[in-house]
Amino acid sequence: MSTERRRVVVTGIGVVAPGSMGREGFWDMITAGRTATRRITFFDPARFRSQVAAEVDFDGRALGLSAQEIHRNDRFVQMAMVAADEAVADSGLRFGAGGADDAPDPDRVGVTLGTAVGATMRLEQEYVSVSDAGAHWLVDPRYASRFLAHALVPSCGATELAVRFGAHGPATVVSTGCTSGIDAVGYGSQLVEDGDADVVIAGASDAPISPISMACFDTIRATTDSNDDPEHASKPFDARRNGFVMGEGSAVLVLEELEHARRRGAEVYCEVTGYASRCNAFHMTGLKPDGTEMAEAIREALGQGRIDPAEVGYVNAHGSGTKQNDRHETAAVHKSLGPAAERVAMSSIKSMVGHSLGAIGSIEIAATALAVQRGVLPPTANYEVPDPECDLDYVPKVAREQKVDVALSVGSGFGGFQSAIVLASPSRRTE
Amino acid sequence: MSLLVTGLGVVAPTGVGVEAHWESLLRGEHAIGPIEGFDPTQYGISLAGQVRGFDPDEHVAPQLKVQTDRWTWMSLAAATLAAEDAGYTAPEDVYATSVFLASGSGGNEFSQHEIQGLWARGPKAVGAYQSIAWFYAASTGQVSIRDGYKGPSGVVVSEGAGGLDSIGWARRVARRGTPAVLVGGTEAGMCPYALLCQATSGRLSTATRPEEAYLPFDRRANGHVVGEGGAILLVEEPGAARARGAQRVWGEVAGYGATHDAHHHEDPAPDATQYARAIRLALADAGVSPDEVDLVVADGAGTPELDALELAAIGAVFGSRSTPVPVTAPSSWTGRLMAGGSALNVATALLAMRDGIVPGTAHLQQPVEAPGVDLVQATRVQELRTVVVLARGAGGFNSSLVLRRDPVGAAA
Repeated sequence: MSTERRRVVVTGIGVVAPGSMGREGFWDMITAGRTATRRITFFDPARFRSQVAAEVDFDGRALGLSAQEIHRNDRFVQMAMVAADEAVADSGLRFGAGGADDAPDPDRVGVTLGTAVGATMRLEQEYVSVSDAGAHWLVDPRYASRFLAHALVPSCGATELAVRFGAHGPATVVSTGCTSGIDAVGYGSQLVEDGDADVVIAGASDAPISPISMACFDTIRATTDSNDDPEHASKPFDARRNGFVMGEGSAVLVLEELEHARRRGAEVYCEVTGYASRCNAFHMTGLKPDGTEMAEAIREALGQGRIDPAEVGYVNAHGSGTKQNDRHETAAVHKSLGPAAERVAMSSIKSMVGHSLGAIGSIEIAATALAVQRGVLPPTANYEVPDPECDLDYVPKVAREQKVDVALSVGSGFGGFQSAIVLASPSRRTE
Repeated sequence: MSLLVTGLGVVAPTGVGVEAHWESLLRGEHAIGPIEGFDPTQYGISLAGQVRGFDPDEHVAPQLKVQTDRWTWMSLAAATLAAEDAGYTAPEDVYATSVFLASGSGGNEFSQHEIQGLWARGPKAVGAYQSIAWFYAASTGQVSIRDGYKGPSGVVVSEGAGGLDSIGWARRVARRGTPAVLVGGTEAGMCPYALLCQATSGRLSTATRPEEAYLPFDRRANGHVVGEGGAILLVEEPGAARARGAQRVWGEVAGYGATHDAHHHEDPAPDATQYARAIRLALADAGVSPDEVDLVVADGAGTPELDALELAAIGAVFGSRSTPVPVTAPSSWTGRLMAGGSALNVATALLAMRDGIVPGTAHLQQPVEAPGVDLVQATRVQELRTVVVLARGAGGFNSSLVLRRDPVGAAA
């Protein structure tokens, strides 16, 4: 085995996000500081505590999906397909062609797709029919779609992407709750590093804006009740924050081994120089304020690329807008970056696109990669009232032009999962 | 990257505990029987491999039990059994242990109750634990919290291949410095809605007699039977296992390979090219030649088409041997446990190696033509040094694991 570490770069990005269309629409929106949170339209939310969400106005047919692809797949898979199509087109790779620099060996192409709740929307819609809206425990098979077996197990999403691009390498769905989107890109990077793939289609997707998902977060008051002002409902790091705003969407990246990308002269957004995760082994939903385990994940991820904390120019925060998360995360950044934390810019795009559970990790990585490439940091919208426990530079309301060599994206989720990924500019100077 | 399996925890239709499972298999007892708990007639099926002897109160504290689904109870129980079997207690370094499990369908029964409450009575009927009980990471999270393991934990979903894939991913975790990983998984898809979902695959047997229902590699194959449960294993980096004085080494994870058919969202590829490639990748990874393999523990899907493809893949890899390779499908005794099934097959393979006994395939009386393959009908005594375990996940996931009884990589 070669001792030279195989390096991983991002050569394609595709995004399906609320309030926008595609990667560039998403970028324009978040750098304009525009919010996509609104009163829920997918169902009547009147009986719910939280009535706000960041919905995608998604038309699969208009975005290139066939009628049958839509029929058999839950929304989370449909959005992943659209995001992956955009990422692959962006990368310039030709899948399934074979025999040229821009046509990877299909056996060497992998898929890692993250999702927290999989086909929950489809499962709920079908449940309503087969149970007659909860009237029967013994559900009626005569009302069932024949694609329910797909919906039951979210690995259908990885299958759809593998089939779509003829990817015969290792494929998996990653489902670590709200860190799924970081972990999926992290695992994809590991596939390339370990020599098991040259190209990985890596990303995440979730479509949780359905009654059961809203209800289960209602009861634990994790979501906001700022129902009278939906546009300003997501307030990460602000003293007035009162819970997260549910979102949906998908982002997919094309990860490529550096030499593979160089040979074909591919444009590189950034390099993935490190990824790590830790568990807090504390509580399924609770966070200790000290941020110890997230700090440990950040330190480990930086260490893999031998990056000094002082080099980190931007932290793309988990910033969900719950009281405990934003405090926890601020502490973790202090703990891991030390004095450098006082100079680092950190923002949460959840203020604009909501919290799409597992998907958001990949959407945030996409935002971070674009920030590194373009030298612009997306802001934290709605940030007005400082909280003494959240004392970092959160890039309030207005995007900032700032060249960044190294950026960090972090996530935290139910189950105690804490993840961090490090992206570096290809032009970064290293000794 | 060589890893040692130092602990096994089994919660399966064949029994709770590794020895109970093994004895049941060796006695040739049927763990498949009429579905208990509700009347499944309208779903066109009547049999399942349920874990009948499992009392969650013996394994899960009351306050944890109310927060979790049956699937997680089984994971919590299996994780404890694996750690006890290994004599493993959480080391001082809290980051030195990871939980990396396969998941399949999540917290089904818990969720069906909550969603029924929502639709019948409204949002306030949904309890505080729905958000943490049903999602696919629930078991991994709960094991990590209960046992204080803070290493890089994960959850992979690749339907039936998940159990092997969790071991493949654990090697990446270990390679990056975490010496001990709990792997494998469990599954509990036995409530009406989850069973209905599975029935829509068209791959479930409609037979009403256990001896006619799930017959992999038999001419009468007519689908599979759903089972529940699975296995959790502790795998350790050899140096770390030695350093803590591990009492027992079940065997070595010597190689792993995974591919995807990438052919169709539902149908398997009409040739077995990618399945065979997964086997070859695992053998090459282990540095093992096809001639050295003493046994293949097959996926054994139990439909004529899928069985033929599996035999074609095995034939393509092992067909040039002077003696046909023995192949068995122990899942025929338990039903298919989705994410838990391939993990259970790894446990079974390690037991088979320990005792030099190959469990036969249930009711394999009319084996299909299988050139180059020795389908194991009756339990037989045979020394086993190297065993290959195969698994597939619906949609085209192919995975393969090479196990060695006597670790060689450990010396390196």
